[in-house]
Amino acid sequence: MAHISYRQALHDTLRSELQRDENVLLMGEEIGRFEGSYKITAGMLDEFGPKRVRDTPIAEEGFTGAAVGAAMLGLRPVVEIMTINFSLLALDQIMNHAAKIYGMFGGQCSVPMVIRTPGGGGQQLAATHSQNVELFYAFTPGLKVVAPSSPADAKALLLASIRDDDPVLFLENLALYNTKGEVPDTDEPGEIGRAAVTRTGSDITLVGYSRMAHVALQVAERLAADEGIEAEVVDLRSLRPLDRQTVVDSVKKTNCAVVLEDDWLTYGIGAELAASISDGAFDWLDAPVRRVAMAEVPLPYAKPLESAALPSADDVVTVIHQTLDAVGRRSDRVGAR
Amino acid sequence: MATTSRTRKRPESQQATGARRTRPKGRSGTDADTGAELLGHYRQMLLVRRFEERTAQAYTEAKIGGYCHLNLGEEATVVGLMAAVTERDYLFTNYRDHGYALVRGMDPGRVMAELYGRSDGVSRGWGGSMHLFDTEVRQLGGYGIVGGQLPLAAGAGLAISYRGGDEVVLCQMGDGTTNIGAFHESLNLAALWDLPVVFVVVNNQLGMGTTVEMASAEPELSKRAGAYRMESARVDGNDVLAVREAATKAVERARTEQKPYLLETVSGRLRGHSVVDPATYRDPAEVEEVRSQDPVTALHDHLVGTEVADADTLAELDAEIGGIVKAAVEFAENSPSPDPTSLFDHTYATPVPNDSRRLPADPLFPLDPTAGA
Ligand SMILES: Cc1ncc(C[n+]2csc(CCOP(=O)(O)OP(=O)(O)O)c2C)c(N)n1
Ligand SMILES: [Mg+2]
Repeated sequence: MAHISYRQALHDTLRSELQRDENVLLMGEEIGRFEGSYKITAGMLDEFGPKRVRDTPIAEEGFTGAAVGAAMLGLRPVVEIMTINFSLLALDQIMNHAAKIYGMFGGQCSVPMVIRTPGGGGQQLAATHSQNVELFYAFTPGLKVVAPSSPADAKALLLASIRDDDPVLFLENLALYNTKGEVPDTDEPGEIGRAAVTRTGSDITLVGYSRMAHVALQVAERLAADEGIEAEVVDLRSLRPLDRQTVVDSVKKTNCAVVLEDDWLTYGIGAELAASISDGAFDWLDAPVRRVAMAEVPLPYAKPLESAALPSADDVVTVIHQTLDAVGRRSDRVGAR
Repeated sequence: MATTSRTRKRPESQQATGARRTRPKGRSGTDADTGAELLGHYRQMLLVRRFEERTAQAYTEAKIGGYCHLNLGEEATVVGLMAAVTERDYLFTNYRDHGYALVRGMDPGRVMAELYGRSDGVSRGWGGSMHLFDTEVRQLGGYGIVGGQLPLAAGAGLAISYRGGDEVVLCQMGDGTTNIGAFHESLNLAALWDLPVVFVVVNNQLGMGTTVEMASAEPELSKRAGAYRMESARVDGNDVLAVREAATKAVERARTEQKPYLLETVSGRLRGHSVVDPATYRDPAEVEEVRSQDPVTALHDHLVGTEVADADTLAELDAEIGGIVKAAVEFAENSPSPDPTSLFDHTYATPVPNDSRRLPADPLFPLDPTAGA
């Protein structure tokens, strides 16, 4: 075990995969000479050379599509898209090509590639640079989408993604890069398609992924310490496939749920979770499933406006309180203390 | 190939030579060698012609669904291009892909079966007319999104170059495709990274109804190459030997020098954009002009005129091709439709837990008959 940052876990994993498999190469803007906009690929150009660590022109559609084509011939490109906002420029190659080639041609040719890209608002980057559009990819059969929230999962899921024969969108988050955690030394790939219960509890289920899974854990600890509320936290880790069963099993235990998401509410991933919970645990639910999500505006630059729009830990606490009050459970709990 | 590809020898007749050849003087070349080659090319052009005509008929009989675009009028271009690549080279095309598939060596029955949406189709009934794919002949897809195949072709070139191989990628597109962003991004990448990709613009002078002049500020499309310091050429797409020669040069350059190339072939479209398009927007005089340059008729008359073959021999050939097309249709008719139980067979190459296998009316979770009671 090593206690390292999310960034370090990604860096070390990319490095060991480049060493392990000649077919793995990195592609993206500013990943070589500049060492990556967020320095995930620091030192790699020097170590592996420009053939394996390939700086690209600013041409998201072109180089993402080139990675798809290279993967069709058996290479395992790991593409870095500077932030998920810019992946919109590559949407055609991701949704219409990477996601379709295996199925549309009758399973003749797979596309073993990874697209790494960070999401995340809250950095005062204004409307075009603060979006979380992983929903588009999570929506698309043929893609796999993973969104680790801890350094250990970042390592395990990156290993799994690179070794997987399908196109995987690997969602990172600007706010998580400096967070630290225990990471195993062994190269054991994680399992795409499985959620994890990262904290057990019997009062309420919190569901999140990426940064919001992290926030969920923090909130749960705070509520346990301050109010004796025991929240169970489900970290989705994989957005496609979606592990509905783990979510539903948790709700059957707690009888209520709050879903956390870092993007707009309407039509969002939280909506999918709420619908899934109502399908799978309708008779167990004591309260409607509530969603904590971003305000539906293009994210503003000015800090007070930005903060007002983004879901905070306090927002999550408020909604948990409202939900527990609705089922009359918080007064019990508080009274019992 | 990312998946295991079965290897199969292509028929002798379809093996293209990568060898250099001296240019026959257009259609007036008369040496025996050229005569035999031309006859071989004519045979393939006729196969495309008769297959496409039969396809149009099958479409009107509602045997074929979806969009369906034909290579009628582009036969010389298709055959000339395919004669310039070897069986180890890779091909990417747009959705107007039947002719390439046939000349590249896909079985006509399996191509027709794909148009019919049958399980023996080259793409197992998953792709249809626009998405013919066969790893065996290294035709890595027809693509229905205009320009979609260009970045893929650049990437295939990258994989070849990465491994130090000597294969070449031929990437076909239409004239209208030169105006989409992926065209620029892909040509730039290919030139920047010295990728062995021959980009071919099949200029049939129309997008759907949009002329080249309406859509391209520089209507001499091969000139776009200058922006990437890429070599280029523009040839008569109705002249199979001219296309073959220009494409051979482009392919050789890509192979030996690892440099991309932009080749433009200029021909015409004999029918509508797709089989359902009556093309009423076209000027009758322009249509007449295109008809008068019909590459199949022209080569027929040339072969007879230069006494390479007499009209009877060519009629026999036509009958033989007719038999091949008829057999292809019969094969397609008799091929079973894909079984709906195979619906979830290739969403993913690597199996994954929790992938959705529900049909439209299926519940997400098993319904509990006792619940709510
Ligand atoms: C991105 C995209 N936009 C629009 C279309 C609709 N469309 C299909 S074919 C076509 C015209 C393409 O013309 P060209 O590239 O000259 O090819 P041709 O059909 O002549 O072979 C259009 C606009 C599409 N398939 N993809
Ligand atoms: Mg055209």
